[in-house]
Formats: sequence, C-alpha cells, structure tokens
Amino acid sequence: MTNDTSGDVRLSGIAKTYGSFTAVHPLDLTVPQGSFFALLGASGCGKTTTLRMIAGLEEPSAGTVHLGDQDVTALPPYKRPVNTVFQSYALFPHLDIFENVAFGLRRRGIKSVKKQVGDMLDLVQLGEQARKKPHQLSGGQQQRVAVARALINHPKVLLLDEPLGALDLKLRRQMQLELKRIQTEVGITFVHVTHDQEEAMTMADTVAVMNAGRVEQLGSPTDLYENPRTTFVANFLGTSNFIEAEVDTKSGDDIVLKAGGGKLVLPESRCAAATTTGGKVLVGVRPEKISLTHADDAGEIPEGRNRINGRITNSSFIGVSTQYVVDSAVCPDFEVYVQNVDRDTRLEPGADVVLHWSPAHTFGLDAAQDIDAGVEEGAAA
Amino acid sequence: MTFVNWLKRNLVVIAGLLTLAYLLLPNVVVTVFSFNNPKGRFNYEWQEFSTAAWQDPCGVSDLCGSLSLSLQIAFWATLGATLLGTMIAFALVRYRFRARGAVNSLIFLPMAMPEVVMAASLLTLFLNMGAQLGFWTILIAHIMFCLSFVVTAVKARVMSMDPRLEQAAQDLYAGPVQTFLRVTLPIAAPGIAAGALLAFALSFDDFIITNFNAGSTVTFPMFVWGSAQRGTPVQINVIGTAMFVIAVLFVLASMVISNRRTKQKA
Amino acid sequence: MSTLTEAPPPLTPTAPEKKPPRKRGRLVPYWLLLPGILWLLVFFALPMIYQASTSVQTGSLEEGYKVTWHFATYWDALSEYYPQFLRSVLYAGSATILCLVLGYPLAYLIAFRAGRWRNLIMILVIAPFFTSFLIRTLAWKTILADGGPVVGALNTLHVLDVTSWLGMTEGDRVLATPLAVVCGLTYNFLPFMVLPLYTSLERIDPRLHEAANDLYAKPATVFRRVTFPLSMPGVVSGTLLTFIPAAGDYVNADLLGSTDTRMVGNVIQTQFLRILDYPTAAALSFILMAAILVMVTVYIRRSGTEDLV
Repeated sequence: MTNDTSGDVRLSGIAKTYGSFTAVHPLDLTVPQGSFFALLGASGCGKTTTLRMIAGLEEPSAGTVHLGDQDVTALPPYKRPVNTVFQSYALFPHLDIFENVAFGLRRRGIKSVKKQVGDMLDLVQLGEQARKKPHQLSGGQQQRVAVARALINHPKVLLLDEPLGALDLKLRRQMQLELKRIQTEVGITFVHVTHDQEEAMTMADTVAVMNAGRVEQLGSPTDLYENPRTTFVANFLGTSNFIEAEVDTKSGDDIVLKAGGGKLVLPESRCAAATTTGGKVLVGVRPEKISLTHADDAGEIPEGRNRINGRITNSSFIGVSTQYVVDSAVCPDFEVYVQNVDRDTRLEPGADVVLHWSPAHTFGLDAAQDIDAGVEEGAAA
Repeated sequence: MTFVNWLKRNLVVIAGLLTLAYLLLPNVVVTVFSFNNPKGRFNYEWQEFSTAAWQDPCGVSDLCGSLSLSLQIAFWATLGATLLGTMIAFALVRYRFRARGAVNSLIFLPMAMPEVVMAASLLTLFLNMGAQLGFWTILIAHIMFCLSFVVTAVKARVMSMDPRLEQAAQDLYAGPVQTFLRVTLPIAAPGIAAGALLAFALSFDDFIITNFNAGSTVTFPMFVWGSAQRGTPVQINVIGTAMFVIAVLFVLASMVISNRRTKQKA
Repeated sequence: MSTLTEAPPPLTPTAPEKKPPRKRGRLVPYWLLLPGILWLLVFFALPMIYQASTSVQTGSLEEGYKVTWHFATYWDALSEYYPQFLRSVLYAGSATILCLVLGYPLAYLIAFRAGRWRNLIMILVIAPFFTSFLIRTLAWKTILADGGPVVGALNTLHVLDVTSWLGMTEGDRVLATPLAVVCGLTYNFLPFMVLPLYTSLERIDPRLHEAANDLYAKPATVFRRVTFPLSMPGVVSGTLLTFIPAAGDYVNADLLGSTDTRMVGNVIQTQFLRILDYPTAAALSFILMAAILVMVTVYIRRSGTEDLV
C-alpha cells in the first residue's frame, strides 16, 4: 500500500441518533488510501447511514470525518472531494447520458467537457448511448452511467450504496468483476455498502460486518469467514454448526473441550471466548470442512481429528456437492457439505455416520450469545 | 345469444360512451349554433345557416374587450398562484416546520368551500376596507382560489420525486441554488405546468366569485351572463367553439410532438 | 491496515461533544410559506371573520351597520329561506348521485377498456372546460327547449309522466323545472367526478381482477368485492368535488330553472348584490358554510378515507 494518505477516510467517534433511536453507535474506523472497503450488514444495521455521513448527506450526531488530513465534518456534500454511486442510481431523468456524466464537471465550472465525457463513456462502453435518456437504458447500462458520472470527477473516495442491488444475478456477477477492475485501474479508495455477503467477499480487501449500529468484526474476507468472532458473523457469512462445550484442560496451544461425552480440540488462537476450566464455549465449524464417514469404516479415520457420531436425517444432491443433515447428541441438525468426488452410496438418510474434521478448522465463540444471531439476516441477503 | 353476450361484455363501454356523449352534446350544440342566424335577440332556436358571426367575431360591443380582460386576469392570476403555490408545495414536501396541520387545512378549505361563500365573504372584506372593486379585486380573488389547486398539483409531483436525485446533484458539486435550478425545477416542471394550466382554466372560466367582486368591470363569463338576460349574440358561440377547437388542437399537437420525439430517440 | 476500536458508550464523556449543527436554513420553509399563506389568511380566512361579524350586525345601508350581536338574523334567515336550503341539498345530492352513476362507467372505460383511445377520451372529457361553462349551460336551453326532440322523445316514452308525478317536471315542459336544474348541475360537475374516479381506478393493478377471477369471482362480484372498494378514495373525493360546488351553485338554477327552483346560492346572490341586505346574506352564507363543513366532516369520517383530492 502507498504512503500517500490523502485518500484515507478516518471516522472518529462518529455516531448518528434519530430521536431516541441510535442508527450508528460511536465508531472509529480508518479506510486506507486505495483500498476497496466493504460495509456489510442487513438492512437497518447502520451501514448506509455511515456511508451517507462520509458523503455529507447526513450530519453526524457526534464525531468527526477526516479525508486525509482534512476535517470535512462541517462541509456540505457539494464541497467534499467524494462522489457517490447511489442506490437505484439516481440518474437525472431530464438529462441525457452525456449531460448526466458531465454534470459534476460543469458544476465545477469546467467548460470543455466533451473529450473527458467521451473518454469516460468509452471506459464504461457507453459511447454510443451518449444522447439517450436514462430510462432508455437497461439496468446494467444505467449502473455504468452512475459509476461514470461519479468517477469522472476524480474523487478521493468513491462511495457505492448497494450499487448492484437492482441487477439480476448474472449481471451482478459481471458488474462485480467490472467494478473491481475499475478500482484497480484508477486506484482510488472505494467504500462499498452491501447486504450481499458474497458480493462483499468477492470485491473487497477489507470487510466490516455491521449489526445494530455497531461494527461486529473487521478484517479480510478469508479472515472473517475462517475465524469469525461472534455468532452473528459466523451465521451472516455462510453457514455454521455450533456445539455447546465445556472447557476441560489445556494442552500446549490447544484447548480440550468436553461435549456430549466426547472430546473436541480447539487451537487457543482461534477461540474468542474466555477459557477458564469448566467454562462454556460455543464450538463452531463450517459445513464444508467436515468429512462424513460411514460408521462401518470408523476405524479408517486418522487420529487427531475432532469426531462426532450421528445419523443422517436428510440429504439433497445439488450437483457439485451433496448437503447432508445429520442428527447427533450434541447438535440436532448438523449441516455437512460433501464434494461429489467419490460418492459413497451407503450415505443415505438413516445411515449411522461419523463426522470428523481438523481441529485447525474449529473456532470457539463466547457461549453467552444467541446461537442463531444473523441467521435470518444472512438468509434474506 | 352471441349478441346478448357481446352486450353483457361491453355494457360498461356503452354506458361510458353514452356519458361521454352527454358531456359533449352541449359543445356540439354550441358549435352548430355558432352558424345560426337567429331572428330575435336570443340564439336558442335554429333558423338558418350563416357564417356572419365567424366573419365578425368582435362584432358585438364589449365582447372582445371582456375577452381580453379575462385573458389578462387569467395570465396574472396564473403567474401569481403558480409562484406562491409552488413555494408552498415545496415547503410542505421538503421541510419540517411547526403548524403543518394548520397550513394543510388552510390549503384544503378553499377547495371545500362553495364559491358563493368565498365570494360573499371576500366582498364583505372589500366593502369594509372601502376597496375599489375592479381589476385588482378580481385578480386578488382569482389568485386566492387558484392557489390551493396549484399546491395540490405541484405537491403530488414533488412527492413522487426521488430525493436521491437532489442528493446526487449535491454530491456532484451543485450548491443549493444550482441543485434547485438544474435538477429540482426541471423535474418538478410537469407538475408546475399542470398546476398553472388548471389555474388558467379556473380563472378564465370563473363566474361566481368574479360576479361578486368585479364592481362594474366585465369579464368574458360576466358578459355571457349578462347576455343571457339581455340577448345572446351568436359571437359568444363562435368564441366558445374556437376555444374548444384551439384547446383540442393544442393538446393533440403537443402529444404528436412528444410521441415523435420519443420515437426518434429510441 | 484498517483499524477499529469501539468508542466508549455515549454515557461516558469521552464521546466528542455534539457540535452546534451547521445552519441549513431552518427558516427556509417559513419564507417559502409566508407569501402564499399570508394571501390565504388575508383574502380567505379574514373575510370569513368579517362575514361572521357582518351576520350579527343591524342597521341600514344609509345609516351604516353596527355589531349588535343580533343572532336573530340567523333564525329569521333560516325560517324564511329553509325551502331554498332544502332544495340546495336535494338538487346537489341528486346531481351527485347521478354524476356517480354516469361517471363511473366512463372512468372505468378510460382506465381499463379504452386502450389506445385512452388519451383521446381524456382530452374529450377535459376539453369542454375551455368553452365557458356559462355558454355550455345556455346550450341546455336549446337541448331541453319546449317541443324539441329531447322533450318529444321523453314524452313519447312517458318519462315525463313519471317525472311530473314525482314533481320534477310540469306538464310537457322540462325547461324551468327541477329536472332541468339537476340535469344542468350533473352536466357541469360530471368531470369533477370522472377525473378523481379515473385516478383511483387507474392505480388498481389489472392483475387483481385476474386474481379475483381466478379465485372463482364472477364479474359482478369482482366489481363489488375488489374494484369498487379499491376505488373508494376516488368515490369520496369525486362526490365531495361534485356536491360542494353544486350546493352553492346559482347559475344552473337561474339559467335553467324558474322562481320555484331557487337555491340558497340564488338567495345569497340576490341579498348581497341586489337587495343589499348584508347581514341576512352573510348569515345565509355562514349557515351554508357550516352545513357543508359538518356534512363533509361526517362523510369523510364515515368513509374512512384520508387521502383526498
């Protein structure tokens, strides 16, 4: 990353309250110059409010916003070197595409805009459509106009408010790659608000997961996925299985836990909860990390893996993988995804099986939280 | 049987067209009788075909004077009511302020009040103030009763406008004034135009309130009213017909133009 | 790298002090409202107060009027002119019902059945406005003329026998009877019924009709259970926009009626502009206003519609 910090976005103690409702709790956050940063969360979590405070469209109730070294908290939006790609684009319906893109330049008193606008439209492959009105374009084209209209001003930071929400799945995938390409090319800071965890993980270098006006966890997409620190993050990003366990002993860097008569091993570095002996810990593991072996072959499972005995209650074949639901003493509906490489025909509902996985894929969370936090939000997203 | 079924299916269409005929019948009569050559002072019975009135529409004393007065009053009333009404509509949609309920009632009441009540009470005011009845009192009255209709028309348009458009303009370096001139106003324009058109029609055609507050000044509707007592010249039918035709042509032309424009661009 | 630390909860004073909010013109709405609202206050609200005061004055034109709290004017006006009041309510009510019955099919036709003719029909509904309504009302004198084709047809069909038995016409005449006045009122205010009806019908998703059909509703049931209830806002504002001006109208009663069809508007107009009995005229106008406001309020409450006009 460069040492130039003029494109840093620095939020200090920033908060927003509407009457007695707190949309954003006081929050400190630094987005470094040139990064692709995603604010991820369900609707109403405060992510859009945070974005709008950076844009200047919402006044913070407390705290400051810095761009580089400049305090912009008191600046109105039209004086901030920041541009926004709005949700559902907000293209001016009475102006054609050319004038939409030229709008920002003209407002800054630039007279000869023809070349710049033309180049910009070529960049987003809309050179042919310059004289059409926004409603004559498709959703994907409108989206590209919105990006062009913002980028042509060379903002220090580009804010994207659910920019792909109105597009269908296929187009969304395509635009995700396109936006990522543009960001790499122009090298400016992108702050992207989305409720789509897949979108955030595909595009961003850093993701902040927001819930109820607070940032639950911040990190790289892999970090968030592999080592979630709260049940909300574990459930909102993908699916997780949880086992309630009790701390038994510690051996070296690992913690040994008791769960339903069996023992589970968890690296201490992957545990977000206090680990006093006898204390409760939620042990989590992702469905695709688990291997499924028929009970008859239990002897073939290597030593050192975490094991759980269970019985398959449901299986559904979805092409690349098969998803199983397994009933076990410690968790009634364990989800397991198995790649369809060599299918074991004995793995049918009713079969007794052993679930096993590497301790390195296990994570530990504080047991004093709702196991299902973020499940519905994640499913809706 | 098939005929009965057809009738059943299209009953609502037939009934609707009959209502339309009821609405248009007087206009047909007005048009036909603009070619009449009546015997007496009144133009209520068909005598013989004549284009005399069409060749000399201003041939009756005071008729064209009253018409031009009505057009002038309608123009200024439209301007005043549209300006004031648009300002109120923006305040109502875009801002929070105290006494919103009271303001809304004050806008609604003139539309829920019989004209004769407003006319009589306004005359009481003017009489008490010793105001000279004429052009200015008519104009004041017209702006007053057109205002609410403009507010309603503009409000509907501004309310349906995406507030993100103005935020986008601000985000793209347009200050408050620029945002209003470049984005808000052009997008609200159809609503403002609709309000202005309504105000013009209401003012031009108003009789009851004008009749109370005009003193000895005579607008076109008052001229027609007076002629209904003294004798109806064919020329008022000519003017009525001409206005109808002009209005229809005007609307048709603007529709054709906007159609062509969208087709060219698409 | 990105850094994150949760700031302490707002209870502790470490959270930055709230800055004075930047001035975004908190007075702007008041400046926007001022001229228009002032106009309405001075030329709409204030006159109402003047009128209220006039209604309790006594005196004469020559000696001037003084406020004497003479409420008897109201009683006198009501006892003398109650037939005109009743007539106003009756005529305006009949015209409103007729407008609804005639206007609904037309609005329905424009909203659902007109197809590419929709714009043309809309223009034809609105265009007559541009011919002065007085000229158009005078045309009814020709249409309903004694011995004319309309009266002739009604006579042949024995419609006039029924209406004259109901007291709405007299003998072979339609002109100068209550029927002519109601007919004129209906005609004049029909567009005010059709337009709001159309607006609320047009908002109905046609798929709702298909859904109702799919769920075993016959056309008549679809109308009763789906279309009509959904068009209620239009029905309410249409009836108000028709009834209110019709109740105060005096043009139709004057041009198409006779001395036996005088409505309260005619009385107010005569008292004010010819007899110059201002207190009586003001009292009558006040009673009319109060009656209409009460009726409108009750009607809106009962129909439970909030969004008017």
